[in-house]
Amino acid sequence: MSTPLKRVHGYLAEFTTVQDIFRAAEKVRDSGFTSWDVHSPFPIHGMDDAMGLSRSILPRFVFVGGATGTLTAFTLQYYTQVVLYPTVVQAKPANIFTIPAFFPVMFELTILFSAFTALFGCLALMKLPRLHHPLFNSKNFPRFSDDRFFICIEARDPKFSTEKTKSFLESLGGQNIELVEGEA
Amino acid sequence: MADAVHAHDHPVHDGAPPRAKVLLREPLVLNNRNYSWITNKIAGVVENPQPKLWWILFIPCFILTCIMVGCFTFLISTGVGVWGPNSPVMWGWDITNFVFWIGIGHAGTLISAILYLTRQKWRTAVNRSAEAMTLFAVMCAGLFPALHVGRVWMAWFLAPIPNSNAVWQNFKSPLLWDVFAVSTYFTVSVIFWYLGLVPDLATMRDRAKSSVKKFAYGLFALGWRGGNRQWRHYEIAYMLLAALSTPLVLSVHTVVSFDFATSIVPGWHTTIFPPYFVAGAIFGGFAMVLTLMIPVRKIYGLQDLFTMKHVDNMTKIIALTGTIVGYAYLMELFVAWYSGSLYEFDAFMIRIFDGPYTPYYYAMFFCNVIAPQAFWFKKCRENLWAVMAVCMCVNAGMWFERFVIIVTTLARDFLPGAWDMYHPSWVEIWSFIGTLGFFLMLFLIFLRYFPVIAIGEIKAVLPEADPHYDPERAKRDNLVAPPPYEGDLEHTGGRPESAAASTATA
Repeated sequence: MSTPLKRVHGYLAEFTTVQDIFRAAEKVRDSGFTSWDVHSPFPIHGMDDAMGLSRSILPRFVFVGGATGTLTAFTLQYYTQVVLYPTVVQAKPANIFTIPAFFPVMFELTILFSAFTALFGCLALMKLPRLHHPLFNSKNFPRFSDDRFFICIEARDPKFSTEKTKSFLESLGGQNIELVEGEA
Repeated sequence: MADAVHAHDHPVHDGAPPRAKVLLREPLVLNNRNYSWITNKIAGVVENPQPKLWWILFIPCFILTCIMVGCFTFLISTGVGVWGPNSPVMWGWDITNFVFWIGIGHAGTLISAILYLTRQKWRTAVNRSAEAMTLFAVMCAGLFPALHVGRVWMAWFLAPIPNSNAVWQNFKSPLLWDVFAVSTYFTVSVIFWYLGLVPDLATMRDRAKSSVKKFAYGLFALGWRGGNRQWRHYEIAYMLLAALSTPLVLSVHTVVSFDFATSIVPGWHTTIFPPYFVAGAIFGGFAMVLTLMIPVRKIYGLQDLFTMKHVDNMTKIIALTGTIVGYAYLMELFVAWYSGSLYEFDAFMIRIFDGPYTPYYYAMFFCNVIAPQAFWFKKCRENLWAVMAVCMCVNAGMWFERFVIIVTTLARDFLPGAWDMYHPSWVEIWSFIGTLGFFLMLFLIFLRYFPVIAIGEIKAVLPEADPHYDPERAKRDNLVAPPPYEGDLEHTGGRPESAAASTATA
């Protein structure tokens, strides 16, 4: 039997409109917090700037993924058509000059590898999938996927303080402020 | 709408001359609906008991699916001889059906990808169902080429896997390109559809009452928490997938058309095929989206989300692509004469004048070129019965088009001595009808378990989802609501003020 130890995850504050949470996010950013997030039912235009976040690094991953796809397709076709099993079909040569015939498959595999990289790269950057998260212990939080907007300032933030952060969130206009706890 | 607001972004000073009235854009969500109304409405389609009509449609579709499975079992156990193709008509209904279904499968990714990249916000009401439709259509499409190879258990020879014969595929063949194109298209469409579903699955998870549903939706929602630190990667991933899918959509039907165009058969050997096939695919796909979504919006009461504006936009795309297809038909005829190729000219003479399949040509021409011209008239675009009638014509017309291209060409090739007629067997006919049932059955299951409209995305197009939205601005800038569509008035009980009220505050 393990002791039911609890660990403070952070403070969760609820907002009702996009405009309110947008202004609140700008203030949290300006106060120098780093471990915090805005939870919303849809992506809010301009929120990255309001939170002080940079552009996602994902496109670089996808470029590498796509290039891998092109090379894989070229290698596969060149090796099988020219080296392993050269066949002369419709008088087309069985050497490097037959490369135009390889373009469609090179194109398709570029797209395929890029799409897989985009999916799995995105999941990795989002740190998903995960089966549980302390936020799911909150009673109010499920409304993030309906019509409410939340700011969560995490306890691991160096500026986090049990009293001050709470009153700070109150001053931003947050409602139903609660201390979210997770398993230790 | 946002453009209209920003274009007149000056404060009004007292005593200034009165400002001219500025027409707002049509709202994408009618009647001033808020976030939670949208969630309840769309999630309600899944959560509430299905209407009786759902079962009335599902049972026959299930039976047709069983018939399809039976026909394919008969085919596999007996041989491709149970179908009608002969020499010289080696491709009959099977490849006709393949191209038909693949074409339908193009609208989904087109709506999702191209309309996303071009910032067409109205796509949010249709993209989910269109993407689902794409997947189901591609599933139907994949069955036919896989089964017409004859020995289905040898189909794995299509994959470049080392085998004991040390034989490798011929990568110079468009048929092998087709394998790569269609399988890539299906995979990428699944990824695109699923990534778009994740936030909505989280909504379903958070609303689920039973623990089984909560677990199932929760598992596929991957622990989504809607944090902006997730959204920023998610949005880039979605945009990248859109950017990848756009050329992919165009490539798939181009490669399908290469199956024909790279041969030397008169009637197939034309350079117009790739753009002509792509335009036809978009055309047929949009018609199928409307065929499915007009009843869905009516049955589930989604008129405020899927408005007449959406119908109007899509009918205009049908009119445009139908006209492109008509241009391609006429250009084929012109080139058949202008090229000076005797065989090419003869192939088209047989197609349109004295061949065995001329009625199919005229059915195709009427359904695909003449019928969509009705959409030049606003009255036709606003009348849902007229829209449905034209879409049904297009659905049938696109099938006729593929039949005309494939069968009339093969039945009359270079040597008159080799000419033969082609008649489909009952197995072929029921296989095709079976896939129609299979397609509709999958769509009905989709309606039952997944949100039919992207909940998260449609909330983002509401005016109040803009962080700089100001309810007073419309009044200040003298913005007025555009006249509502007639069809929308019928739905709101003929109260123009209700439609106007939603925009006045926007």
